[in-house]
This record gives sequence, structure tokens and C-alpha cells, in this order.
Amino acid sequence: MKVFKLIFKNALRHKLRTVLTIVGIAIAVMAFGLLRTVVTAWSAGVEASAANRLIARQAISFIFPLPYSYRDQIAKIPGVDAVTYANWFGGVYIDKNQFFARMAVDAETNFALYPEFLVPADQLTTFKRERNSCVVGSELAQRYNLKIGDAMQLDGDIYPGKWSFVVRGIYRPRDKSTDATQMFFHWQYLDERIRQDDPPRAGNVGWYVVRISDPAKSGIISEQIDALFKNSRAETKTETERAFQQGFVASAGAIITAMNFMSFVIIGIILLVVGNTMIMSARERTREYAVFKTLGFSAGHLVGLILGESLLISALGGGLGLFVTYPFIAAFAAVVPKGFFPVFNVESITVILAGSSAILVGLLASLFPIQRALGTKIVDGLRHIG
Amino acid sequence: MKIPLKYIVRNLGTRKLTTGITVLGVALVVFVFAAVLMMAYGVQKTLVATGSNDNVIVARKAANGEISSIIDRVTADIILSLPNIAKTPEGRPLASGEPVVIINLEKLGAGGVSNVTVRGVSPQAFSLRPQVKLKAGRIFRTGARELVAGTAIESRFAGAKIGDMVRFAGDNWTVVGTFDSDGSGFDSEMWGDSNQLLDAFNRTSFSTLTLRLERPEAFHDFAAAFEKDQRLQQFEAKVERRFFEEQSELMAGFIRILGIFVTVIFSAGATIGATITMYAAVANRTVEVGTLRALGFRRRSVLAAFLTESLVLSLIGGLVGLFFASFLQLFSISTLNFGSFSELAFSFALSPSIAISSLLFAIAMGLIGGFLPSVRAARLNIVSALRSS
Amino acid sequence: MDPIIQVRAVSKSYWRDSFEIPVLNNISFDIPAGEYLALMGPSGSGKTTLLNLIAGIDRPDKGQISVAGTNIGSLNESRLAKWRSTHVGFIFQFYNLIPVLTAYENVELPLLLTSLSKKERREHVETALTVVGLQDRMRHYPKQLSGGQEQRVAIARAIATDPTILVADEPTGDLDKNSADEILMLLDRLNTEFHKTIVMVTHDPRAAEKARVVRHLDKGELQRS
Repeated sequence: MKVFKLIFKNALRHKLRTVLTIVGIAIAVMAFGLLRTVVTAWSAGVEASAANRLIARQAISFIFPLPYSYRDQIAKIPGVDAVTYANWFGGVYIDKNQFFARMAVDAETNFALYPEFLVPADQLTTFKRERNSCVVGSELAQRYNLKIGDAMQLDGDIYPGKWSFVVRGIYRPRDKSTDATQMFFHWQYLDERIRQDDPPRAGNVGWYVVRISDPAKSGIISEQIDALFKNSRAETKTETERAFQQGFVASAGAIITAMNFMSFVIIGIILLVVGNTMIMSARERTREYAVFKTLGFSAGHLVGLILGESLLISALGGGLGLFVTYPFIAAFAAVVPKGFFPVFNVESITVILAGSSAILVGLLASLFPIQRALGTKIVDGLRHIG
Repeated sequence: MKIPLKYIVRNLGTRKLTTGITVLGVALVVFVFAAVLMMAYGVQKTLVATGSNDNVIVARKAANGEISSIIDRVTADIILSLPNIAKTPEGRPLASGEPVVIINLEKLGAGGVSNVTVRGVSPQAFSLRPQVKLKAGRIFRTGARELVAGTAIESRFAGAKIGDMVRFAGDNWTVVGTFDSDGSGFDSEMWGDSNQLLDAFNRTSFSTLTLRLERPEAFHDFAAAFEKDQRLQQFEAKVERRFFEEQSELMAGFIRILGIFVTVIFSAGATIGATITMYAAVANRTVEVGTLRALGFRRRSVLAAFLTESLVLSLIGGLVGLFFASFLQLFSISTLNFGSFSELAFSFALSPSIAISSLLFAIAMGLIGGFLPSVRAARLNIVSALRSS
Repeated sequence: MDPIIQVRAVSKSYWRDSFEIPVLNNISFDIPAGEYLALMGPSGSGKTTLLNLIAGIDRPDKGQISVAGTNIGSLNESRLAKWRSTHVGFIFQFYNLIPVLTAYENVELPLLLTSLSKKERREHVETALTVVGLQDRMRHYPKQLSGGQEQRVAIARAIATDPTILVADEPTGDLDKNSADEILMLLDRLNTEFHKTIVMVTHDPRAAEKARVVRHLDKGELQRS
């Protein structure tokens, strides 16, 4: 393939410059990968949502509780398969910098509605049986070196006081998008204690999780649930799990917009770096292109040559960048406070986008040199001293 | 360096396109760098402005933010009996027991719903926070289901204008006024009568207690008395400014980490761009360098000349980037503050140290990018350089 | 009177990859002060190399070169640079003017290495440009000048510091007949009127004619003229 050889030799002509350009592209691809991964990590909750689950929470905001008595009423609605509930416990574990979800749930039904949390059968049985036990995610167990039988002490804020639990279960995440850093304990345990410490607050749940048999009916059933409690002291707002998670993402909207904007800035920078290189090469080779033309090379040949070189550099840079992206993102994940992003993966779509943008840049960056090579008259070219 | 500055500066003008591109690359990086720092600083500035050094705020020790803190009335009374607390003209402690909750309101424009802080305050709240001023309408009446809205809420959320009704806790609350707190976090809140809110939510406990000391210096004595009291073990007193500053740390910290990580990468890209440009400059001027050396200019003068060229290039880029970044101050963002879990409106804020850091950053890019090419220029052998055209 | 340039047993080779190419072979000769010498020879004869050694921009492998009493081989790089700035004026085939500097600024360049004040420098520059007849083109950039004019500016630069010797490498190599004649007349003037010692490398027999002494180099050895 003589043409390819020519392209290759051209690129090698200025080894240093070519290497620098490739590194420049690689770096930009890495940054792009990081930004997008952060953005997707932010919406991890949305991705993990199940189409057949609804979340019903207090209409004012999720910091207000719902009565326990709502459960039976919700369960009676046609189309509702199962209902469970949970309270956000919050509190402090070790110190205020340990971020992970700590929730009081209905031990009997919680894991049935969340099949993506895989708990070994025997551990689940023990958990259901022992009122002061808890189940933690595999990543959490790893982070704090927790084994079955270990104690966990929480310092409550919303529910003041010292709380002790025994780890009886460690769940594995079924999907890549499942959060493996959550902690669950018995709602009954919470409620009993509150009945003693602060009776008016007892008998309340944070939110209900409703599994429906037909996802298409999610809208109708949500309305039906809300209608049940309209005009009561605690009105509900029911929506699909996806919409619920989406709400959280949306509130950080400004930051996400900023990051998406930065992704474009990066592409701009790659474009500048590669474009700069191509322009310089084009200038040096003006005379050479003229000579090619006199030898009978057509415009098509020239375009192919320039484009080929540009794409080769972009491809190498993109490839190198993607290769280095994984360890780089791992380094970032290590620096960010633990628990900030419970789920932090490099998605395939990110890889594809990063690679494509490198190629796109190669194409765009060769426009100016191509235009110059085609536009320069042979005589002018021959006269040119690069 | 004996080589004249005009040589350096004029050379930048010869290859306008490539110089322009390199400058643009540096400018972009500095823009993002400055923007990120301005965002983090904006968050901090807003929250720091929220608290004053004259006030003390008491919350539960384990609480992550005001909404998860609980102080019952008995405890509140104990705290208010401690020494050093300022008094109103009527002789009552200058304090405000405040239940703080979050409600959901629709955002204007982009739509979607977000968390808004509603704070129940006592009549003393306005004396405690003199920066909060009524901008339009009137203050809520004690005993009525009425609210006043901060300017950021009034302008960004649906149903927060004077006359609108906000529905929660089984009741309609009328917005009767708008207040301005000079760009602090309170602008993103709605205030109502403390007792009314407690009643509506069937609560008896406050979230936090804010009080004014007789003199700010009395804080140490106050804190000492506070800590000695066994009944107050689960709570802690902080200077109000410090309390809100801590609320910003998580958010500001995150923005900075992400921003700096990303910017450092960008800068590597822009630096490489500068290196490529400078290598090209050296390659184009090899004969010139040989001539200068033949005439008697030293290697180090050649090094300095090219390095200076690189520095001027990057400094111009830095100034351009900083210039455009300064316009960001005209914009304000509203987003979820991780610390309080509710909306916070803040502006990009530029400080002299951010400006200086940005320029130093640009200079660093120029130095690093231009170093190797300048060394190459300095190491050229005179005879080969002269022969090279 | 001692010869101003003394070349003693000088040898020089170049290395290309791992091959040693001998260029000058045990050359010795003298150049008296005020001489106008043309060095001629075929390509590869080493004439430019010899010129470079005399000018102090290259060092001999063996032997010694003294200019105005100084053994320039014994000077370290910094001293040699300083030495060049006061003792040597260069005239190149392609003029080698700095494109971004005006004629005035180009001529001023070597003076920046001295401790003259701005006013004193101005005097030297104006004098030099007047000698070459280009005082009214001071503010022009090289690209605004013809080849012959550029070379004249280069000559003005070469004489601005009043150096001990002038070295010229194919000074008329890139010029048409008329411009070449102008330049040669100028060099002649510099030698006869201003008593400048000139060592010139050239291909051009017309240029060699104008010199007072012609020596030939072949395969690194000096021939008897």
C-alpha cells in the first residue's frame, strides 16, 4: 500500500512534533473521558432505576414522613404487586466524612422489591430474624473491613442517640449500575426506639416503594395513589423511580451543564493542537505539494495524503488516550471523598464518544491544509520557501 | 539577556495564525481554571456572608446540616440561660429558635422541582441578621400562615412572588414580601413565623438556635460554659460564620478537586500546543540563531530569548482567558448545595488571588512548554545552524 | 610587523554518522594586516571550514590559530563569543539579516554586546550605514530591500563594531552581476580606504579578481598561488 507508506513517512518526518501532537490528543481524550464519567456517575441512580417501581413520598419534600398506615391502602390498588417502605436514617458512622446510604427498611419485603441486591439466602433469613441486625453492600464491607458478626455503631442526628447493629448480611450488586455501598437495618428497630424516646414521631416512614405489574400503567397508578391521600395532613407525590432519581440529578443541573461545557472546551483544545500541527506541516510542504501536482498527482491524491496523515495521528492519539484513561480515572476516584460517587464506571458510550471525537478532530483539522494545498497554484508553490 | 525584546515580540507577530491558535489554547485553559476557582469561591463567599461573627448558632453535634438537627424547647431554654447572651431592650435574650425544613418548588424556565429551605424564625431574627432587609411587600404577621421569600427564590421559582400561595402541610401559605440579604445564602430561603411552622408540621422542637453574644470576644467564655453543662453534651455551639462556612466546604471542595484535575489535564494539552509552536519557531529560525551566535550572542541569551517568547505568548493567553472569565461575574447559578441539601444561589466571584493564580498558571505553561525548544535553540552548533537553510 | 592572522599546522575533520571525513590537512599560513585575501577551491576543499576556524565559530582538531596575538583555540566558549563580537565582522552569502528587525536595528545588533550608550550606538550605526550608502533606508525591513541592498546592510552590520577582521563567505553568491559589482567595490573601499583585513571565500572568479591575494585549497591542502 504505497500511499499508506507515504502517509506514514510524512508523519515520521517530524518525529518530535508528531509525538507531541499524539500526546496532546491523548491528554484531551483522557480529560473528556473523565468529565463524561463524572456526569454519568452523577446520574447513576437514574440508570439503576427499574421501570416497574414507583416511589411515593411526602408531597412537600422528602424530609417529611408518611404514616405507616398508608401501606395497606396502597397495596389494595389494582396493579400494585408489592409495597415496601424505608426511612432515611442519616446519622454519623465513625465521623462526618463517611458518605453512604443508611436506611431503616422493612426486613421482610425490602430485598424482594430490589432483586438487584443479591443477598445469600441464609444471611437474609438471619437478617429477618434478628431485630438489631443489618445488611451492608460488598463494597462497604470491603472499605471498612466488615465481616458477618461485626458490630456497627451509628450516632443518630435525625434520630438522636447511639445505635448499635450487628452485620448479618453482605449483598453483592447484580448490575454494574447497582450501588454496592448501602446499609439496611430493621424499621421495627427504629420505630420501637422512637416510641420510647419521642412517641409523637413513631409510626412514620420516609417513603414507599411500590412494584407494579405493568410498567405502562405507572402514570395511572401514581395518580391513584396520590388521589388516596389528597387533602390529608400528609399528601403524597408518587412517580416512577426514574423520575424520582432524575429529580436529584436535575437539582445539580448547573454543575452538570458546566461539565458538559468543559467537554466541548476540550474538544476545542484538541482541535487547536492538531490543527496547529497540520497547518505547520502544510506550510512546510507547500512546495512539495506543488511538485506532486506537477508529477500528475490529482487533487484527490493530495486530499487523501493530508487526510490520511491527520487521521493517523488522531487515531494514535485517541488510542493512547483511551488506554491511559482507565488508570487515570481510577486515580481520580481515589482522590474524591469516598462515597461521593457510589457508582463510578467508565461507560462504553463514553469510550465510543471519546474515540469518535478524536477522529472527528482529525477530519476537521485537515480542512485548512487541504484547502491550502488545493488552492495554491503550482508556480506559487514551487516558489515557496517553507 | 542582550537580545532585544522587540526581536522577541515581533517574532510572535510573524506567524499570526499559529501564534493565535496557541494563545487561544492557553486562554481557554486559563478561562476554565479561573471559572472553576471563581465558582468555588462564589459558593464560599455566599455562605460565609450568611453567617456573622457576632452570632452563635447551636446545633446537634452529629447533625449533617440544619435539617437533620433537633433541639427541643427544654434544651433551648437551658442554652438561653447561659451567661454572655445579649438582650433585647425588653430584657429577653436576643435569640431565634428556628425549625428548618425543605419544601419542593417548581423551578422557573428549565422546569423540574428542587429543594427550597423554609426557616421558621422568631421576631428577633431580623435584629440578629441585620443584613437581611425587606425589599418589597411586608414581613409576615406573627400567628399567620405567611412567608417572605429571598430574592433568589422569588426570581427562580414558580409561585414565590408576592401574593402567590405555597401549599404545604395541609394549608396555603401566602407570600407577603421579598427580602434581600446582600448576596448571602439567606437569599435562597423562605422565612415564616417559627411557631406557625412548628404547628403546621406538628413539631415541638427547633432545628437550630441562633443567638447574639454581648460581645463577639465572649465566645470563648460562652463555649466553655456550654461545654461544662452536662445536659448540653449532644449539642455544640459555633460562631455563625464558621457554621455556614463549613456548609460550603463540601461543595466548594468538590468543585475545586474536579476543576483542578480537569484543568491540569487541559493545561497539559495547551502546554504541548505551546511546545509544538515553539519547536516550529526554533526550526524556522535556525539560521537566525546561528547568525546571532556568530555575532557573539551567548547560548544563554538565545535560551532566554526563546523562553521569553514562550512566556509572552502564554501570558497574553492568560490575560485573554482571565479577561473573559471576569465577565462570568455577571452570571449567577443556582444549584443544590451538598451541605444543606437545598438550593443555593451564588455568583462567580473573582478575587485578586484567583487572578494571580491564573496568570501564574499561564506563565507556568509558557515556561514548561517553551523550555525544551529553547534549550534546543541554545544548543545549536553555529556552523550547522548557519548551513541549515 | 606580525601577521594579523597566523594559522599553524591546522587539521579538521567532520563526522557523518560514524565516518570521519578529513577536511583540512595540516595547514599553515599567515595573513598580514590590511590584506585582502580570496580563498578559492572546488566544493569540499575545506575553504569555508578554514574561514569558520579563522572567524572563531569552529575549533580545529589539531594546530593553532592566532588572530591579533590571541590564540583563539585556547578561549572557552564564552570568551570566544566575546572575542568574536569585538574582533570579527561577518558577511554571509544569504545576508542573514534578522527579518523582524529594521536595517538600523540589524546594524545595531552587534553593538548591543558592547557597553556603548544608546547615543554612541546610534553614531556607529549611522556611520556604518552611510559608508555603505543606505542611510536613507534605515527604517526599512529586509523584505523591503533588494538583494544587493540587503548585503550592504549586512556589511554595515559587519563593520559597525570596527572589528579586527572581516570574513566573507561567498558574498556575491546570491546576487546578479550589477549588485555583485557594487558589493565588490564596497569591499575594495573597505580594504583600501579603511585598511580592513578581509578574508573572502568565493567561487566567483570576478570576485577573486578584486582581491589582492588569491590562495587555492584542494582536498584540504593549501596550494601555492
